[in-house]
This record gives sequence, C-alpha cells and structure tokens, in this order.
Amino acid sequence: MKTKNIMIVGVGGQGTLLASKLLGKMLLTKGYDVKVSEVHGMSQRGGSVVTYVRYGDKVYSPIIDKGEADCILSFELLEAARWVEYLAEGGTIITNTQQTNPMPVITGAAEYPADLDKKIEALGIDAVCFDALSLAEEAGSSKAVNLVLLGKLSKYFDFTEEEWMQAIETSVPPKFLEINKKAFALGANA
Amino acid sequence: MKKLMLGNEAFARGLYEAGCCFVSSYPGTPSTEVTEFAAKYEEIYAEWAPNEKVGMESAFGASLAGRRSFVGMKHVGLNVAADPLFTISYTGVNAGMIICVADDAGMHSSQNEQDSRHYAIAAKVPMLEPSDSAEALEFTKIAYELSEKYDTPVIMKMCTRVAHSQSIVETSDRVEVPVKPYEKNIAKYVMMPGNAKKKHPVVEARTAALTEWAETAEINRIDAGSDNSIGFITGSTSYQYIKEVCGDTYPVLKLGMINPMPVQKIKDFAASVGKVIVVEELDDIIETHCKKLGIECEGKSMFTNIGEFSQNYIAQQLGKAVPAGKVVEDTIPMRPPVMCAGCPHRGLFYTLKKLKVNSIADIGCYTLGAVAPLSAVDTVVCMGASVSGLHGFNKLSKENEAKSVAVIGDSTFMHSGITGLVNIAYNESNSTVIIVDNSITGMTGHQQNPTTGMNLKGDPCTKINLEALCKSIGINRVRVIDPYNLKECEDVIKEELAAEEPSVVISRRPCALLKYVKHNGPIKVDSDKCIGCKSCMRIGCPAISMKDGKAVIDSTLCTGCGVCAQLCPKDAIG
Repeated sequence: MKTKNIMIVGVGGQGTLLASKLLGKMLLTKGYDVKVSEVHGMSQRGGSVVTYVRYGDKVYSPIIDKGEADCILSFELLEAARWVEYLAEGGTIITNTQQTNPMPVITGAAEYPADLDKKIEALGIDAVCFDALSLAEEAGSSKAVNLVLLGKLSKYFDFTEEEWMQAIETSVPPKFLEINKKAFALGANA
Repeated sequence: MKKLMLGNEAFARGLYEAGCCFVSSYPGTPSTEVTEFAAKYEEIYAEWAPNEKVGMESAFGASLAGRRSFVGMKHVGLNVAADPLFTISYTGVNAGMIICVADDAGMHSSQNEQDSRHYAIAAKVPMLEPSDSAEALEFTKIAYELSEKYDTPVIMKMCTRVAHSQSIVETSDRVEVPVKPYEKNIAKYVMMPGNAKKKHPVVEARTAALTEWAETAEINRIDAGSDNSIGFITGSTSYQYIKEVCGDTYPVLKLGMINPMPVQKIKDFAASVGKVIVVEELDDIIETHCKKLGIECEGKSMFTNIGEFSQNYIAQQLGKAVPAGKVVEDTIPMRPPVMCAGCPHRGLFYTLKKLKVNSIADIGCYTLGAVAPLSAVDTVVCMGASVSGLHGFNKLSKENEAKSVAVIGDSTFMHSGITGLVNIAYNESNSTVIIVDNSITGMTGHQQNPTTGMNLKGDPCTKINLEALCKSIGINRVRVIDPYNLKECEDVIKEELAAEEPSVVISRRPCALLKYVKHNGPIKVDSDKCIGCKSCMRIGCPAISMKDGKAVIDSTLCTGCGVCAQLCPKDAIG
C-alpha cells in the first residue's frame, strides 16, 4: 500500500502528543511500518506545533511535506489555515473551530483573520470544522479537547471501538478515564 | 519484541542491552531523552552533570574504572566538552565509552546550526550516524565494540529527526559486561608532552585501522538500484528522504560511519555508477572526502548547507515535480513560542523593561524575554555568557554598571555561570547578576539540577544553596525577590544597581508548569471597571486579550499569578 500520512497540528500545550502516541501504538498492532515525528523543546512553549504520523508497508521519511497529508487533524483554527497547504488532493482536514490568539495578535501587531472555517471550506476540499471545545466541556473538562478530536478522527480508521477504548485506557490516567471516554464518544458522533 | 520507540529511547535501549553501567549528561534538545530513558533502567547508574564537560570527564572516569559509560549532549554542548574530547582521543579508554551529540539542523530549539561531524574529524574520533530508531539501538552496540577494540571514545551523532521520531525497533535482553579492572598505565593515561607525543602516531594508526574496518563494515551498506546512471552517497535522515523520493531506482551508498569514511568502497561505488550525488544536511563533509579521493560528484552545488531537508526539497533539487496544496489567501500570523501564563520570569522582565536596563541574558525559557511586547533582552549567546558578558560590558563603564544586569537561570548558572561570577568578584566589576531561580531546568522539559535537591532518578539529594554559594565566592550583597511581586522586584533591582559593589539578586519562584505548584486559580476582569487602557497587555501574557475594547482573561490558561492585576490603574482585575 501507499504510505498514509496523518498530521496533527495545534498550539504547544494542547495535548497533540497524546493523539499521535495513541495512533502510533494502534497502527503498530495492525502490523504496519510506522513513523511518528514530534516536536520537543522551545517550540512547545505556546508555539505552533505539528506531529506527523506515517504508516504503510515501508515508511522512510519521518516527516510529511506540502501536498502530502491524507488527513490533517487541527486543534485550533488558525493552525488549520497555516497547515492546510500540506493536505493532499482528496485529503480531509478536521479542525476544531476554537481560536487561540498568538502573541502578534495579542500585541496588536497582526490580526486573526476572520471566518477562517468558511475560507478553508471554500478551498474545495473535504473540510470538517466543528466546535470541539464545547463538546469537551460537555464531557466534563475543557482539557479533553484532544479526545473529542481523536473521536472525530476515529471515523477515518477501521479500528473497532473496543480497540480505541483499549488504547485510551492505556494512555490516560485512570482519574480522567471517564471524562476522556465520554469526550471521545461525543467527538465520534459529532 | 517489536516496539515503537523514539530515536532517543531506542538509543537508551541500546545502552541498556549493551551493558552500559554509567551515564552522566547535561540536558539539551534534542538529546535529553536518551539520558532520561536510560535512567529508567535499574541496571544503569544515571545522573545529570552540571555541564557537558563534567559529564564527559565523569564518563571517562567510569570507563577508566572499567565500566561501559555514556555521556549525552546537544551540538553546542560538545563545544563545552571539546577540551576533554580531544585528549581522551589520545588516552583512549578502558571499558567502552560513547558520546552522544545531537545536532539540530533547522534550529528547532537552538542558537546555531553547527555540524558536529567536524568534531569527529578534528578530534580523530570515530563517529556513527544512525538514520532511525532501529539503527540508534543497533549502532550503540557496535559503538561499544569499536570503542573497546580500537581503544577510543566513539561519538554517536543524532539529529532532531532521528532523535524525535518514533519508529519500530526489535528489543532484546541486556548482556552484562564484566568490569574491566583498572590498571595503572602512566604512559597511556597521563597526557603530558612526552607521553602525548608518543600517542599521536597511535591515534593516526587507529584512524587508519578504522578506515580498514569501514571498508567492509555492514553499517556502510549499498542499497542496489535498477538504474545505475546515478548513485547517491548519503547518511542520517538524508538517506530516508532519498529513499522516499527515489525508492529503489538508483543505488545508494549509505554511510553509517561518518568518521573515518571508507576509501576503496567509495571509489568502487563511484566507478559503478554514472553520476555521483552526495546528499547530506549542513556541511559538505562526505562531499569533501569524495573530492579528496578524486571522485567527481555533485553535493552542495545541488543541496543547501542551511536548514534541514525534506522529501519535497530533495525531489525539487533533483528536478522532479512535487505536490502542492491549497492555500488560504489571508496572511496567517506567526505563532512564536511564548512564556507560559503564570511564568515567574514575566514579572521580572516587565520590571527590567520598565527600568530601561540592559539585560545580558542567557540560554533557557527566559530567552523568551526578548520577544515582544516585553523585548527586555539585549543579547543571548551561549550557556553562562550573561554573567561573564556583563563583567566585560561594565568593567570600563560606570554608566553601564548603573543600568545593566545579567539574567541567568538556576541550571544555567550551575552549568557555567559560577566561573563568570568568580570573575566579577575577583576582578571587581560593580555588576548586578539576577539568577532567575524557577527550581528546575525548564526549557528542556523539567530536568533536576544541583539547586533542586533532587537527582535524575528522582531521589532527594544534596541541594546547592545559591545564596551561600554566591556569598562564598565573595559577593556580599545577595537578595531574594518574588517575581510575582512587581514592587519588590523594582525596589530591589534599583537598590542593587545603585549599590557600590557587585550583587546577586535571586528571583525565586518555581516554574508554573511544575506539578507540585499550586495555583490560585483564574482571575477575572471586571468589565464595568475596565477602561481598555491595555496596561495589562504590556506583560505579554497569552491568557489576556482585548475583546470589544475591554481586556478579557482566558480562564483555561490563567493561573492567577496576579501580575496583570498589579498593573491595572482601575483595580479591575481580581
């Protein structure tokens, strides 16, 4: 099979690494060759962060380039607009419509462009824009946004619900398990 | 057993399986996790050294004592540890010794983009270069064997994309290696001129022997291709990009050992293909070697020596079409890293900006004090440069003494700030050094250091007392402030700048991200009282923004540090 490319993008501190960790583990159990590339260090401090997940028969490069991503999962709207260029023809972008102002916007040096969700949809691509934050709050914690998004992403993989639940159980602290499971289910059905 | 592992985790697994017993490193992105993962194995003694030079010398000591040892660092750390490296090359080792250096092409988290392969050549030390996690694990074992067989430390060069990418590895059990008894050998281990003169030819002979080994070593392998009109010579991640772009079309000579490189193997490969193209990130190390052998090749004529490569970049330079995605037309604002909400450094830098002082700063999260709107940092060079730089800045200028400070973190001060402070005391510049003590090594992801009272394994240990240390050096004026208290910050810094002798101000509050730190909880803006003056915006807190002419605080980010509330002229925040 041709190597599949998934990008997970967001703002440092949003929990993007958990999503890639979970996916990587599950793809490995399916017998794929897998590479997951992460960003550590300075960029994590509230900066724009990106994680690449690639799987297939044989994966060489650990990164994904422009026009190559089969799916982009974005935790924040501006980041979706920043990285949409990486989407391959026929690919899908799933984005949270939550907006987090970057420092140049906070200081007034730049503006947060208006209606980015509509502009992304107008590109003629398969775009899924939804409010994951409200669903996370409904599940019990604004911090569960990553599980809501993962739930939405789960529709694009042929893993069983049981497999997803197992992966979640081994990746999140027991204390938050119920909230996370609920968030995942809300995302999957959104 | 098959596992998905980060390159750095696989490296640590390799250390474990190869019987490594001693690890001493200083954290630095992208090298940090090798040591953190190694510390998880009970069989390995692992520690954070105060700096890379101490780590390397300690690892050498452990090797001398007969145990397989390891020291890890980022590329700039090898500059700090270069002194022992060049001479350990001469003494050689007893038990095997591995030095990990992790480069950061693309400068994801670094202050320069140096190519560490130069060090291997300059110090005449073998260097292996894995291109994924499986190789990081495997090469570690080979490195120990080479180290012991050829009596040399061995450098393993990582880079961001190998260190921080997960790929599949096959793990096996640990093989214990018996302790090699230490035997006194003055001619081998005491590098004074008479002995060193005898050792230099030994080092040259060793390189010749290793070159022989490189000719047949499996880690320098050829992937056959179906079209011999082009042949690629490459290593590290560049290998992955070439294979991604060209698959099995053209033959590829993949060099797993970058110093010394084989001679005949490269000549034979070149003779078997039409055109030789060398693909390597940063400098032209492989290309220069080929050209010295009289091989015509393309290298830096096609591929830049700046930044990191990608599959699209390689494809473009080879004249192939690359996919293009669709772009939103609006200008997308940058999202640079910023100090976190609740960061204790924020109040301090706000004060420095307000007082219009020159800040000679250092390496750490607080480098972000240079970012707008604080813009309160004047220069950052390398670990420790703030304290020594301030001394030079001040020594011949009374005017500078009255309005300049050094800003250095607790871990960075331990790393190489102490000697600068000794210079200030000894050579008597009237300097004011601010130690921003957030009780952890922050930027690299919360590593313990000599001032935190905890060691790498998480056990309580001796805690270096910063106040006592500074006083013992000869600094009489040592003050402690809370950076959340803006008035205290301002008063104390003013007093110390005015004082007629050197001083140290310790700005102390633990990193807001530390798990044990209890926060007050988010505070709010009373929109009836808010006059939209934007005073609270001057601290550059990511939790505060303006909406409809009034300040609002994001409750998911705010920790309740209260620094913004101290700036509000209308008492609207609380």
